[in-house]
Formats: sequence, structure tokens, C-alpha cells
Amino acid sequence: MIRSLLFVPGNNPGMIQSADVFGADGVIFDLEDSVHIYEKDNARNLVGSFLANHPIRPAKIVVRINSFDSPYVIADLEAIVSDRIDYILLPKATAKDLKQLDEHLTEIEKKTGMQKTIGVIPLIESAASLVEAKNIAFCPRVEAMMLGAEDFTADMGITRTKKGDELAYPRAKLAVICKAYDILAIDTPFTDVNDDLGLRDDALTAMNLGFTGKAAIHPRQVGIINNVFSPTEEKITWAKRVMEAKKDADKKGFGVFSLDGKMIDKPVIARALAIREQARACKAWDDNDEE
Amino acid sequence: MKNSLGREIPEGNKPFISAANFSERIYHEAKEKKSAENVVFLNSLEAAFDVLSIMPGMRLSFHHHLRSGDHVINEVAKLIEKHDLRDISLAPSSIFPEYMLAPLIRSGRIRDIHTSYLNGPVAIAIQEGFLKGHLVMQTHGGRARAIEEGELPIDVAFLSCPTVDSSGNGSGAVGKSACGALGYGISDLYHAKKVVLVTDNIVEKLDEYQFDHRYVDYVVKVPSIGDPEGIVSGTTKITRDPIGLKIANITALLLDKLGLLETGTSLQTGAGGTSLAVMEQIEKKMRSKKATGSFLSGGITGYHVEMLESGIFKNIYDVQCFDLEAVRSYRENSGHIGISASQYANPFYKDAIVDKLDAVILGATEIDLDFNVNVTSDSFGNIIGGSGGHSDTAHGAKTTIITSALTKARIPIIKEHVTTVTTPGEDVDILVTERGIAINPLRKDILEKLNDSGLPLIDIRELMELSHKICGVPADIAKPAKTIGYVEYRDGTVIDSLYKTR
Repeated sequence: MIRSLLFVPGNNPGMIQSADVFGADGVIFDLEDSVHIYEKDNARNLVGSFLANHPIRPAKIVVRINSFDSPYVIADLEAIVSDRIDYILLPKATAKDLKQLDEHLTEIEKKTGMQKTIGVIPLIESAASLVEAKNIAFCPRVEAMMLGAEDFTADMGITRTKKGDELAYPRAKLAVICKAYDILAIDTPFTDVNDDLGLRDDALTAMNLGFTGKAAIHPRQVGIINNVFSPTEEKITWAKRVMEAKKDADKKGFGVFSLDGKMIDKPVIARALAIREQARACKAWDDNDEE
Repeated sequence: MKNSLGREIPEGNKPFISAANFSERIYHEAKEKKSAENVVFLNSLEAAFDVLSIMPGMRLSFHHHLRSGDHVINEVAKLIEKHDLRDISLAPSSIFPEYMLAPLIRSGRIRDIHTSYLNGPVAIAIQEGFLKGHLVMQTHGGRARAIEEGELPIDVAFLSCPTVDSSGNGSGAVGKSACGALGYGISDLYHAKKVVLVTDNIVEKLDEYQFDHRYVDYVVKVPSIGDPEGIVSGTTKITRDPIGLKIANITALLLDKLGLLETGTSLQTGAGGTSLAVMEQIEKKMRSKKATGSFLSGGITGYHVEMLESGIFKNIYDVQCFDLEAVRSYRENSGHIGISASQYANPFYKDAIVDKLDAVILGATEIDLDFNVNVTSDSFGNIIGGSGGHSDTAHGAKTTIITSALTKARIPIIKEHVTTVTTPGEDVDILVTERGIAINPLRKDILEKLNDSGLPLIDIRELMELSHKICGVPADIAKPAKTIGYVEYRDGTVIDSLYKTR
């Protein structure tokens, strides 16, 4: 489960060293937009050295490399691809880029004798990418997709607002495609780091559309995002009661049963099971309670 | 000679025994001096020097309420030079980098310095070995005690005062150089042989004042006692540093779990960015549970004032204002009460404010495995601060919490032994870092209370080893041989030595 992915600039040693302490489910070491063109090599060296040498690392590590329309992709990949990272975040992703990226990664993995296969998270940042999002989702290694609202709205020539009405369609479309291909849907960052309530509303909107997590651009956003994308106590209690009622029904041989006067059938049980999985992932589910 | 913490101290001094040892001795407060004659008004500090016959060997004192903006201490420094005075002792309550004392030290005019906080060029000059006598780093409460016991006799106190009335009463609340409370000058006012108030604003009558004319000998009117921007230059913004914010969040949770955010609680935090972030969290938590605290104390900022004005705390006990909001509140709000350094932190003051604190949140430059804290020097022994009220509040408060990033500029803050002991570990209960909370094993009650709290508790040695994993193990730094002074605990005993490092 990835509820929160925290962006950390790849040329900021203090932040890189402390990236694991903020409670994010994953950290994105950024070599792209937060790093000035003059600092690209510095960031690449710093993140590469950190990954190779630092004894304490975040639970899940994502590296945002530069896009295929830049000259940096190969150098980025050579510096950071190893068994110590989990995903590459590919900006301005297209299906064509993903094919190329897969070839590069396969070559590095073979050459270096890596134990694992690196996953890829494409960033959907243009109208064209959104249109071919189905094809992107189907590409090898893709385990999640992320919406990049700043570039997307720029590409569309529209203004990004705090309320985010302009993102309703891309969000809904991306969330549905991710669900259809059984991959994670990560929402775009909320850019006002001082507006906690605005962040919460924005994350709730994304969650209600089907996103499973959200990117953060400041550590203070992580707690709020984790909170929104974790099942509430109320939901966990309901799921536990459904599980108990199902056990009784199974003993009696009933396929359909009722709880609090409401019919419980297969889709409702599936929802309760999904909540159980989410709660387990957040360590908010005690399996002993179920016995 | 070694004290009870195993620290070498200069021969001829009383060694530190324990934090509570002072309670076994009798307090002899020297008689307060009262001026029999009328206050004399003068037009220049030069005139005051003449009339007071400032002589070589005298001790002059100052308070530091004008902070970085203080003109008075710099003007007095110029006169010491001009009058070719030597062997002068100085006792400013703190010394800021802007104070022009280093040339006097280098030219041998200054013999001894007693202060509670020191950094910048003066510290460098002292640690180059230019002071003829000793540097004595006191606590705020310890300085007040030493003056009141007659241990630190003062010949002339030059007390900056933003407004003085025609009778000689003085206030910091009003005037173009208003700085708020004047608590650090009050022991000097009562006990110095001669008291000079230095002001840039004289009014007919003050209804409220902290400096009582009965203790004042002279009032000197000068064009300006200070630069208002420097006066309120404290670090008074909430940190944006993610590590600082994380530490603040953990600290607020910790306070809540310890039951310290309930109605009736009394708290003190510093005025640094992380402390203010803790205050922000405290405000949220106390507001949500509708708790009303008893009081806040220490150095006061606009954030403290907000808590007072929104009714989250009933009172502020203020020794020093750090910003203009604090100055305004001190002037306008009857719940915002100015106190003296003695009432704040003198170990012998009955019902001192520090003794009523439920919790204090303090910083550390280093902390060791015995929880001794250093806020006086860096790891090379160079002086970069001082106790201020650190040791006083740590002893007085029922719970003492140190907050710090686990590493600072690649240097682990936890040491086997701190370079300089400022506050003894017996008075330090909890260390909060971004990677875990260490509890002093002496506080079994706190350990029990927090066992099932879900907070990230960790042994202090493990925490140190974790920092070594990140930064490596720092090499030992050999202690220099020559002492240039010492750190005096609040009871007047010596807790550690200070060395010539340059």
C-alpha cells in the first residue's frame, strides 16, 4: 500500500538523510523539476551515493529521473538503478518512453546482476498521455500511475485552482484506468504547503474518485495524506462486524445475510475485505479480534 | 580538583555536589541598598563617569533587555577606553555579538566577566586568553542569587531604561526603545552600590514601573539607548524546517500523553523556531480539549501572547520580551506580569516561578549518556551560548524535556560525555529527537506512564549508536590544558571548567 509519496529534492543532503523519518509510505528522490539544470550532476551523485552507502533508508524508494525529452535519462539511470530502489517515476510519460525505459532497465538489471525488477510509475502530465493512459498502464513494469496536475493544466492551457474542478475529468479517468489494470492510482501534489484544510479536502476528493494515495511536496503534508487514505475507525469496525456476521452465515450455509437490517451480499463483503487489507497495511487491524 | 560529575574544576572553588544540595545551606541575602538622597539627573554618561569616579578595579553591571540593539554597554565601553581604566570587572546579564567589549579585553582593560550567555567576538577574545582574571558563566537565577548574597558585589549598575519619570522610576513598557519587562536588572537595582538609569525618554510621571526610584542614584538622558530593530531581534518565527516540525509534533504528543496539557498546567518553552512550533501544537491540543493552563513563563513572544489573549493560559510571567507583540501585551494586559530574575529562578526565592513549572522544553548543543546537557560550548569547547535559565528551569520544573535534531551539521548531539556540563543530567528527564524519545532511567515514573503510549521510546545509548551509523563516530577532541574560567551552577558551586581553545 502506498498512501503517501514524499518528494525530496535530490540535491538536498539534509532532507535526503532524514527522508525516512516523516512517516511517508514511500519517498521520491527527485532528479527532475526540483533540481536546477546546473545541479543535475550533483543531485545524481548525491542520490546515488546515498543509496549505495547510507545505512538507514526509507521503506519504499522511488527516483524521479528526467524525462526522455532531456539529455539526462541514461546518466540518471546509471547512477541510481540498483536493488536498493523500488520504482522509477517517469515524467511526461508516453507509451513509447516506457518501452525505451523498459529496455534500458532490463539492460542495467542484467549487466549488474540485480536481484529484483524495478517497477515504473508513469507521470501523466499531458492531454496526449491521458488519452493513451490505457496503453501506458498496460506497459511492462507499470505498477502505479501518478497525475501531474501542474504540467497537465499547463499543457491544456488552463489555470490550476485550489478547488481543482478542472482536474475532475483527468482524475476520474486515471483512477478508473488504474482500477481496471489493478495498479495503484497516485494523486498529484497539493501545492500550498501551509493550507492543511485545503490539502485534506483535495486528498478526500481524490480518494472519493478512486485514488489510492497522493504525492506530498512537504513533510508536513504526509500525516494528513496518510490519514485520508487510511480506513477510518468507523469503517474498520463495520468491516469487522461484516466479517463476524459472514462467519455465522457460513456456518449456517447462508450466501446472503443481513446486518443492522441491511442485506450483505458479495460486493459488500468484497468492500469489507478491501477495508481489512487497507487496515492491515496500516497496522490498524488486529487479526486476533477476528477469531 | 574534581566535582561530583567527575569534571576538573579550578582549585579554590566550591565543587558541584548535586542539583538540590543548595537546600542544605542557609541563604544570606545582603541588605538592599536604599538611596537616601534625591535622584540626580545628568545629561551624559561622561558626566556619570565623572560624578561616580569610576576607578580601575570596579565592577560594572548591565542587563541585556536591549539585546542586539543595546547602545548603552557600547557607550560605557568607549568611556572605559577613553578614561584609560584598567582591571575593570563586568557583569552583564548576557553578552551579544554586537557588544564592543572584545577590544577592551584584548587591551587588558577587563579583568573578570560574569555573565549568563555569551557568544561572538567577546567569547573569541576570552578564549584566546586575553582576560586577566576569569570568565564565570552563571545561570539567570544564579546571577540574581550571587548579587543578592553579596557574592557578586557591583559597584555601579548601568541599567538601560526605555522610559524614566521625573522621580526616577523606570519602565520598559513605553518609549521609543520599549523592550517590555526589565527583570534581569532588578537584582542589580536593589544591590549595586550605585545605580544609573540610562534613558532616551523622560516623562513627568509613570503610573506603573519596574525600577523603583528609591534604589536609583542617577538618571542619564542620552539621545538613544538602542536600536529598536535589534531590541526585538530574537528568533521568533515558527520553524519551517521539517525535522524541527517533526520534533515539535512528537513533543506535543508526549506532553499530552504525560497529562501536561490539562487545565491548570504551567509551561515554559524557549523562543527558538522549534519551541514555537511546539507552542503551536500545544495551542491546538489545549483548544480542542478546552483546557485552561495556569501560566507560561520565560522569554515571551507573540505566540505566547496569543495563548494568553485567547484564554488558553491565564497568566504570563515575563522576565524578557522577545518581540513587539510581547511588549504590547506586557503594557496592556494585567495577566501579563513582569517578574525579576530572582523571582523567576533564584534557587533561594520562596515560590520562584521555575519551581512551579509542570514542564519546561529546552534545547541542547550536546547531551550525554547521563543526560548532562551542554548549551555553553561547541564540541571544541568554544563558547557559543550559556545556561541563561536552562539549569534553573530544568531543576525547578517537574518534567524537563530536551528537544533537538539527532544530528546537527553532520555532528551527533549525543555524546558519551558532553564537552561542557551546563545542566546536570539528574535534572533532565526526556530527550526528544526526530528518531525517537529517550527517557532518563532515573524517571521510572515517566517510563511506566509512557510504556504503552505508542510513542517511539528508545534507550539513549541506542539513539547515540543510530546517529553514529548515520554520521560515523566523531573523533575524540583533546581537552586544552589552560582554563580561562568556569561554569557556575545556580547555587554558586562549579559544575565545569572553560578552557583556552584558541
